[in-house]
Amino acid sequence: MKNSLHWREYLITRLFRISGYSAIVFVGMIFFFLLREGLPALGKVEFVSLFSARWYPIEEYFGILPLIGGSLIVTIGATLIAVPFGVGAAIYISEIAPRWMREILKPLVEVLGGLPSVVLGFLGILILSPYLRILLNLPTGLTALAGSLLLGGIAIPTVVSVSEDALDAVPKSYRDAALALGATEWQTIWRVTLPAARSGVLTAVMLGVGRAIGETMAVMMVTGNAAVLPKGLGALFAPARTMTATIAAEMGEVANGSVHYHVLFFIGIILFLISLVVNVTASTVVFRQRKRQERILS
Amino acid sequence: MNKISIENLTLHYSDDKESLQNISLGIPANAITVIFGPAGGGKSTLLRVLNRLNDLTDVSFMKGRVLIDNEDILDPRLDVITLRRRVGMVFARPVVLPMSIRQNLTYGLEVAGEKDKSKMDAAIERSLIQAALWDEVRDRLNDPAAALSGGQQQRLCLARVLALEPEVILLDEPTSGLDPISTGKVEESLQELKKTYTIVLVPHSVQQAARAADYAAFFLQGELVEFAQGDKLFTNPTDKRTQDYVEGRFG
Repeated sequence: MKNSLHWREYLITRLFRISGYSAIVFVGMIFFFLLREGLPALGKVEFVSLFSARWYPIEEYFGILPLIGGSLIVTIGATLIAVPFGVGAAIYISEIAPRWMREILKPLVEVLGGLPSVVLGFLGILILSPYLRILLNLPTGLTALAGSLLLGGIAIPTVVSVSEDALDAVPKSYRDAALALGATEWQTIWRVTLPAARSGVLTAVMLGVGRAIGETMAVMMVTGNAAVLPKGLGALFAPARTMTATIAAEMGEVANGSVHYHVLFFIGIILFLISLVVNVTASTVVFRQRKRQERILS
Repeated sequence: MNKISIENLTLHYSDDKESLQNISLGIPANAITVIFGPAGGGKSTLLRVLNRLNDLTDVSFMKGRVLIDNEDILDPRLDVITLRRRVGMVFARPVVLPMSIRQNLTYGLEVAGEKDKSKMDAAIERSLIQAALWDEVRDRLNDPAAALSGGQQQRLCLARVLALEPEVILLDEPTSGLDPISTGKVEESLQELKKTYTIVLVPHSVQQAARAADYAAFFLQGELVEFAQGDKLFTNPTDKRTQDYVEGRFG
């Protein structure tokens, strides 16, 4: 009896440990395969031409700058939309809305976050881009702007729900203290609640950016997919092509082991590095904040 | 002369947790009035009525009048922001705002529209001296307030209220988280401050109530049992329940 309990205990702890380690193993393996398939690109294409401005794989032009630029412009646009609206909505839900409104809004935001991006892309093609074309009088509505708007919409639920949690975690006593000093509701939010929740809000922003830069389907559907190096603000109103869309569109028709194949994986490495940087930045900021808070509380 | 008159105040929360039942109480100016009694007696609720911080909670029923300088502060048309500048509050747990020491002190003035920097500096020095904190922080006003010790934080919260030059100061168990030395410092400053301000104190122990009180009100389950001058109430209470509580037989 005692022995079997002991064994069960042993098995269960092992099982959990394996599950825990598996996350590390998976990330390690993904990174390993990415490197194995992607790094040969550096040997087959000259470094200078890899980072040139022309992407035309059929004629062996593998300049990935337009793709990086496309991703950047779409992601920055999306961030500019998602952050103010997302944080604003979170402030409304957690600080201003009456309780019944909060109880409607919160689940709605979660539902919005769970919508498959293909569905949103579909709406983007059918409604958003024709509307943009007419409104802005463009030759085509399938532009970086459409991608930004759509991606912004996709990232908003993430930003809202994470920053709402952060705002909610600010002790009520902070608000009481500010109000008792004669601050108005808005002054309390802007100068006290938001700064107190800033690490959480920052995490929300980073997660939103991460969501935007990794998104593929919706972007591929609405950005027009022309690999043009964006130059200046005008590029927002022209078609663009992101790194993710390139991989998704071309991986299916490339010969295994060809130069093109390796370059696509190399783009994957760059994507991986970018989201790694975003995540590491977010967690160091949060970690530093938490450290400081612990020191203060102890 | 009474600074604050509470007339037949009755209040219920929607969750029935605490309540006030038909309270009538006159709080004299330039004295420390102590409101004490066991937990859940309505002490904090009463304080939060006095600066209308209770507006934010689920009050299901409220009746009666509260007058400060003969003006009804429960009037819905009253500007609560101005009221809260006149009636400052210090909470049980020190809540320093996530800013520097200086900004904590000037925050109330800033939101009140004060821009004159020399006035602010004067207010900082005056309020820190009054709260017995000046010597400890004068050289590091730009440090984050959160880096101060608990006792210093609580005195900073007091100073923050004093910077606004209110008329009434409400203190809700201001020393509950403090060590005896810091507690002593806060109590000393209160004795000094009562010359200028009307002070309403919810103490964290009967001993503190007895030490600080010029006047004392004993609250039990939302009811005002007894109100008298401090010496009388703690040595020779009229009501049996007050006597039992003061002598430590319950609570």
